[in-house]
Amino acid sequence: MKPASRVGAWLAIATGSLYFLLPLFATFEFSLRMRREAYSVEAYRVVLTDPGFQSAFAYSVLMALLTVVASIALVVPTACWIELKLPRLRALVEFITLLPLVIPAIIIVFGYLRLYNSSSILPLTGNARATDLLLVCSYVTLSLPYMYRSVHSGLRAIDVRTLCEASESLGARWSTTLMRVVAPALKSAIMSGAFLTFAVVIGEFTMASLLDRPAFGPYLQLIGANRAYEPSALAIIAFLVTWAVMGLIQVVTRNAGGAGARRRTPGA
Amino acid sequence: MSLSPQSDASAIAPATIVPSPARLAVRLDWLGVLPFLLFALLFLLLPTGCLLVGAFQDAQGHFTLANLSHLLEGNVLAAYRISLEVSAVSAAVGAVAGFALAWAVVQGGLPAWIRPSLLTFSGVAANFAGVPLAFAFLCTLGRTGLVTMLLHRYAGIDPYASGFSLLSFHGLVLTYLYFQIPLMVLIVTPALEGLRQEWREASDSLGGTALHYWLHVALPVLAPSVLGASLLLFANAFGAVATAYALTGSSLNIVTILLFAQIRGDVLHDPNLGYALALGMILITGLSSAGYLWLSARAHRRQA
Repeated sequence: MKPASRVGAWLAIATGSLYFLLPLFATFEFSLRMRREAYSVEAYRVVLTDPGFQSAFAYSVLMALLTVVASIALVVPTACWIELKLPRLRALVEFITLLPLVIPAIIIVFGYLRLYNSSSILPLTGNARATDLLLVCSYVTLSLPYMYRSVHSGLRAIDVRTLCEASESLGARWSTTLMRVVAPALKSAIMSGAFLTFAVVIGEFTMASLLDRPAFGPYLQLIGANRAYEPSALAIIAFLVTWAVMGLIQVVTRNAGGAGARRRTPGA
Repeated sequence: MSLSPQSDASAIAPATIVPSPARLAVRLDWLGVLPFLLFALLFLLLPTGCLLVGAFQDAQGHFTLANLSHLLEGNVLAAYRISLEVSAVSAAVGAVAGFALAWAVVQGGLPAWIRPSLLTFSGVAANFAGVPLAFAFLCTLGRTGLVTMLLHRYAGIDPYASGFSLLSFHGLVLTYLYFQIPLMVLIVTPALEGLRQEWREASDSLGGTALHYWLHVALPVLAPSVLGASLLLFANAFGAVATAYALTGSSLNIVTILLFAQIRGDVLHDPNLGYALALGMILITGLSSAGYLWLSARAHRRQA
């Protein structure tokens, strides 16, 4: 490689690092300044002991977990079924799963408010539990691109047809095959889809705010509008949560057959 | 564009009720995707479809084009213009900067550990959007932000005195770049890895310069993926709500904030204006995504 282009590469990385690390550093530095006299973790203490934070965060974790479970239950059987029995529907299903990247969240939730308002046949915004259900459904919708892509590439990497035929010839039912044969083989793909879904959903603002649910995203916005030091501590916490989730994705994809799967693809 | 899967889904329904024994196996096959199609219909296609229909209805449900005339009102047009500008500029700058970073780690001859670090960080930063991102930039470039203070103290420059504000067009673009650049890095790195070393060698051995190689070999090969990714970045910025809302409140007049306020009923409540706004947004993101799909299909064909 010519020295000139190496200088250019270093310059690009240096500028990029500066742009990406400065806000993190500035936020961290600011979050430590709550006490005038010296740096302290006062802002973190205040945030973590705030009952509002605890309830909002717990609510969002619960919603995220429900979303992950529902999304797996919806996407894994569908993706397997498409792969095994209905390959001609693959393009349609893939297209539908990409739509949430195209249609902004605010449009989808606006549609819900019109379609499921309290005077409609399916009044899902009528009471709090029903609205929670609607929120989970909206999050499952948001998760479709990530979950489907992840599961689909997982299916591509294993020979799902042979596995299923072997399982069926041994007398297993479809549900047994799905739970005991396909799901374990897809574990790392499902896990990475699940973690990505979790990361997307945990701090989501638009859906939760417009459906008026006490989630972490709207809580963050409220604190941001009213406090000085707490928001920076919350931003650092949110960044660490995202970082932890992405780290977990790397761990599960590296451990569970990711390399083997990649090696198999060119021969297939 | 969400109408076509809907009509496909309704075309499926008759097939499931044809009572022909020969087609029994086929009929049962459809049952496997029924939950998914039903879910997509209820929580994705119908909600979007009803907004599209609503944009052409008056309060009594009669057909009208009057709502669309709302789109031509001064502040609505201005909101669309600012949204389009923010999305286009952040997509263009994000695409160029993301490409430069991806190029640096793939072909720049840097130490090997930099590439996985950049990709991991990009995965995190691309998902670190929304309210916390706004907080981070307020701490950095806000009126009392760290960089603002440092510039004032050591370089004698006061960005705010010279007209800069984080709560403005430039501030919003600068903030959006924090998730746009990483997204570009994630999309374009595989495309750059697909460039074969032999092509460069062939170009060199034929007496081509680096400029020749980039103009006649690398860029034509990469163009569909780069342009496609830019369109995705555009749609990504156009639909964003949380970052802009947390950063500027409702002081910056962009479409998503306008629609957000409209739905919340903060402004004079006129549902038909909401539907018209939604229609415009669906058209714009739909067009840019159709462009993305077309270009990425071309990119796949090139590399196959």
